[in-house]
Amino acid sequence: MDMSVNLAGVSFKNPIMTASGTFGSGGEFSEFVDLNCLGAVVTKGVSNVPWEGNPTPRVAETYGGMLNAIGLQNPGIDLFLKRDIPFLKKYDTKIIVNVCGKSVADYCEAVTRLADAPVDMLEINISCPNVKEGGIAFGQNPKQVEQITREVKKYAAQPVIMKLSPNVTDITEMARAAESGGSDALSLINTLTGMKIDIQKRKFALANKTGGLSGPAIHPVAVRMVYQTAQAVKLPIIGMGGVQTAEDAIELMLAGATAVAVGTANFRNPSAVQEIVDGIGEYLKEQGLSTACELIGAVME
Amino acid sequence: MSDKKKLRAEILSNTELATEIYDMRISAGEIADLAKAGQFLSLYSQDGSRLLPRPISICGIGRKEKSIRLVYRIAGKGTAEFSQMKAGMRIDVVGPLGNGFPLKKAPALIIGGGIGIPPMLELVKQLDCEKQVVLGYRKAPFLLEEFQQYAKVSVATEDGSFGVTGTVIDAINQNGLKADVIYACGPIPMLRAVKAYAAENRIECFVSLEERMACGIGACLGCVCKSKEVDSHTNVNNKRICKEGPVFEAGEVEF
Repeated sequence: MDMSVNLAGVSFKNPIMTASGTFGSGGEFSEFVDLNCLGAVVTKGVSNVPWEGNPTPRVAETYGGMLNAIGLQNPGIDLFLKRDIPFLKKYDTKIIVNVCGKSVADYCEAVTRLADAPVDMLEINISCPNVKEGGIAFGQNPKQVEQITREVKKYAAQPVIMKLSPNVTDITEMARAAESGGSDALSLINTLTGMKIDIQKRKFALANKTGGLSGPAIHPVAVRMVYQTAQAVKLPIIGMGGVQTAEDAIELMLAGATAVAVGTANFRNPSAVQEIVDGIGEYLKEQGLSTACELIGAVME
Repeated sequence: MSDKKKLRAEILSNTELATEIYDMRISAGEIADLAKAGQFLSLYSQDGSRLLPRPISICGIGRKEKSIRLVYRIAGKGTAEFSQMKAGMRIDVVGPLGNGFPLKKAPALIIGGGIGIPPMLELVKQLDCEKQVVLGYRKAPFLLEEFQQYAKVSVATEDGSFGVTGTVIDAINQNGLKADVIYACGPIPMLRAVKAYAAENRIECFVSLEERMACGIGACLGCVCKSKEVDSHTNVNNKRICKEGPVFEAGEVEF
C-alpha cells in the first residue's frame, strides 16, 4: 500500500499532518504519539521576535467545537531554530514551519532566517483572526494576499504554502490571488471567527472577546471550501478544519485535498493522528485501492 | 520515556460528598505510581459535543491499590456528566499532569479554599513536618474530618456557620498561626490575600493556579499566567499553568 503524497515537489510518507498551533513543535505530544507516524509536523506560528500573545481566558469550549484566541504567542525565530528544529530532526517526518508576522517585513525576516534551516516547507499564516496586526488583515483582501505571497516568495528557500482564512466572501478569490503571487500550495481552512458569552457572569468567555472556532462543528465548511478551491486553482491543497477521524480526513481528500492537517482533535485525543493514519490505510484496503493519491479529488458528480 | 499516561480507567466509586461536590475513585494503573500531590488529571467527556478535557486535581493517591481519588465540583456540563457516572463504568484520563507541590521540611501552613481544598489533602498526608491546615468554605465544610486525621485544622466560613466568620486570613490571624512555608490552592481573591500575607510576613509561599485549558499538556498555550521573569520555554513572560504549574512560587507569577 502506498500512502505517500507529493506536495509541490516534496514527498510525504502519508497525507496526515498536524495543524499549526495545536501541536506546538511536537515535544509535548511525543509523549503520547510516535511522531514518525506523521507525514509532517506543522509547527506553531513563529515570528521574527517573541510574542506574548493575548490575555486569558484564551480558550472556551462550544458545542462540537472550541474558540481560541491565543494570539500567536511564540518564542521567536532564534530560540525556535536552536531548540525546536533540532528536536524535530530526530524524527522521520517532514517539517513545515508556520510563519506569522505583523508586517510584510516581519514575515520576510522570519522566512529569511529559515532559509538555511533543514525545513521542508513554509506555511504562511495570513489568516489568524486573533491578532490586531498582521494575521487575517493580510488574508481578506486579494490584492494583499497576492502582494505578500510575492514578497515572501522572494526570500523563501523552501516551497511556500499560503494558509487561507474562511472569513471571506469568496475563498476562491483569495486562492487565485495566492496562486498569482507564486504560492506553491494552499492550506485551508483556518478558524472561523466566533464569540461566546457567559450568561451567568454576563461576560465574554474569551478576554479577546472574539476567537477562532475549530473542531468538528466547522468540518462541513472546510469540505465545501476545499472543494471550491480545488475547482478554482491548480495548486495542491492541505485540507483542514474539524478533522477528528480518518473518515473526516478522507472526505477532505475526496473534495480535493492532497494532504490533511489534524488540529483540535489532538486536544480530545493526544494520539488522534496515529489513529487517523491507520484508519486511512484501512479504508484504502477496504476500497481495494493501492495508493492514497487515488483519493485526491475523487468525489463523483 | 513518558511520565504521562493515557488510559481508559475503571471507576471504582463516585458519590456525592456535599452539594454538587463529588468524590470519584478510579483504577489508575501507572498514573497512581507516578502521581504527586498537587498534580492533576485530564478527564474526557464521552459526549462528542464536548471536546476538551476537564482538568481535575488529585485529591488522593492509592499507591497500593493503584487508584486515584478525584474530588470535583459540578461547574458545567462536563463535570455534570462525570457526576452521573457509576462504579464499573470507564472514563478516559491522561495524567499525571503539571508539576505538583514541593515537599519542604519546614513548619507548614496548608491553606485550601472551596474546590481548591481537595488537592491539599494528599499534600497534608505526604508532608513529613510540623503542619497546620486552614480551610475556607462558603458554608458547609467537606473533607474536614479527613484533614483532621493528619493535622490541626482551622476553619473559616463566609456565613459564619462553622469556625471563624470570614476568610482563611481571618482564621490565621485569630488563631495566631505561624509557619515557615505556605501551600495554598483556592479562588484567586484568596490566593492574592495569601500571597500578600506571605510577602508581609516573609514566608515562602507556593500557590496552585487554574485557568481554562485545551490540551492540558503544554502544547496549545491556552492556560498561561504572567511570570515575573522570562520563562525559559516560552521565551516571554508567560508560564504554562498545565506544564510549569499549576504550582508556582507565589513571587514568580502575577495573578
